[in-house]
Amino acid sequence: MPHTGKLHYVDAKGKHTGHPVIGYVPQYLRFDVSAPTSVQDIFCACLTRRPVWLFPAGKLRARIEKSLARVHAEHLIDRRLGALSGGELQRVLLALALDPMPDLLLLDEPVSGVDQNGLELFYEIVADLREKEDMAIILISHDLNMVAKHADQVVLLNKGVICSGTPEEVFADARTKHIFGLLAGETAREAAADIPESEAAETAEPMEGGERG
Amino acid sequence: MTSIYTILQALLPFEWAGHHFMLNAFLAILLVTPLFGLLSTMVVSNRMAFFSDSLGHGAFTGIAIGVLLGSVSPLLSLVLFSVAFAVFITYIQNKSTASTDTIIGVFSSTAIALGLMMMSYGGGFNKFSSYLIGDILSVTPDDIGALAIIFVLVLAAWGVLFNRLLVLSINASFARSRGIPSFWIQSAFAALLAIIVSISIQWVGILIINALLVLPAAAARNVAQNVKQYHAVSVLSALASGITGLLLAYYFNMAAGATIVVVSAGVFFVTLALKPYFVR
Repeated sequence: MPHTGKLHYVDAKGKHTGHPVIGYVPQYLRFDVSAPTSVQDIFCACLTRRPVWLFPAGKLRARIEKSLARVHAEHLIDRRLGALSGGELQRVLLALALDPMPDLLLLDEPVSGVDQNGLELFYEIVADLREKEDMAIILISHDLNMVAKHADQVVLLNKGVICSGTPEEVFADARTKHIFGLLAGETAREAAADIPESEAAETAEPMEGGERG
Repeated sequence: MTSIYTILQALLPFEWAGHHFMLNAFLAILLVTPLFGLLSTMVVSNRMAFFSDSLGHGAFTGIAIGVLLGSVSPLLSLVLFSVAFAVFITYIQNKSTASTDTIIGVFSSTAIALGLMMMSYGGGFNKFSSYLIGDILSVTPDDIGALAIIFVLVLAAWGVLFNRLLVLSINASFARSRGIPSFWIQSAFAALLAIIVSISIQWVGILIINALLVLPAAAARNVAQNVKQYHAVSVLSALASGITGLLLAYYFNMAAGATIVVVSAGVFFVTLALKPYFVR
């Protein structure tokens, strides 16, 4: 159900700031795993107009290595995209979203289909970004423990905003408990019916608030 | 042209090079097969094999319109019709929720039927049958001049379009999130394919032209790890199959287009057998 509309980006004083750079990490990227495209190829294709098939990466390679180092993935530069594990792919996609450094980072259930180790590494990297970089991070997740541990602000959504505030406030709220009581029941039923995705509840957590100047 | 013939004959001291029609065909293959090799990479990566097949089918209508109108050359009408047809299918694919297969199937069969209907008007279908098989030996020196211009134009277009096409081929929503106008890029690629297909049809033939857009990259995928290798193998395999096919066809007196495709298919099966040693 795609929704359309207009978004206005304003700074703390309510002034229009033009187009912010938005980095986006998609939820479970579907692509042809047999494609002969390396990590370096996809970076070059996203960063420049110089045709990848013709020119060597040159100076760009150092920049790509730096980007990948940010997500502990510099060893993956010559690997084929299809040969990456779920966690490695999400880290590469995160590195792509961070070059150029965005004002707003959108993470849409970035760790669905990632194993436990990969998941912890991914959250560590995001927590590190939140600490060091000047950017707002919005993460959509069903993983309540991670949300409680890392978020500054939590918004509970279920066909609209149910409640919002700090993690303590939201998780103490009766409505949250009610929803997740329902969700637990629903997840069990879903598992039985083998429906892959739930629209029941989404938790968005702007880690540094929604806007910045 | 005479000086080019002299140079080629000095470089290629073989019996076949004594014929001008063979040298013309040889030059045409040098110019056209690398283009097929290039475009083929994204036909295969974007799963457009059926789409490029439909371009060949659409050619029936394009040629028939040209002949019926009389005043324009069949080739011009074919190119214009194919480009419009390709962009139209891309547009409908973007608008409609029906599956790509179904949409292409509908338009492809409509175009082929419409073309056959118009061609058979007045009972003169036979004059079109040369388009089904094609004849690479019918290339003229004028054609080669035109091919040289097209070669440069397609190469330039491939330079401009490729990076965005590559991101699109990975995932369309991801491409849109990077600000890539997917419809325009896809349309430009579809139009480029349409131009190459409609120009080459007179030499390769409607029945097998799609093989040249699928086989080179399909073979390259079996052994390539990255975009550069993919292109290099695809272009080289198209070029080598083209030259080998032409010579085999000359010495054994067979249809050149078909022989080229059979050699390409041979290259594909060889790379398929080598796949375990290359792709990890």
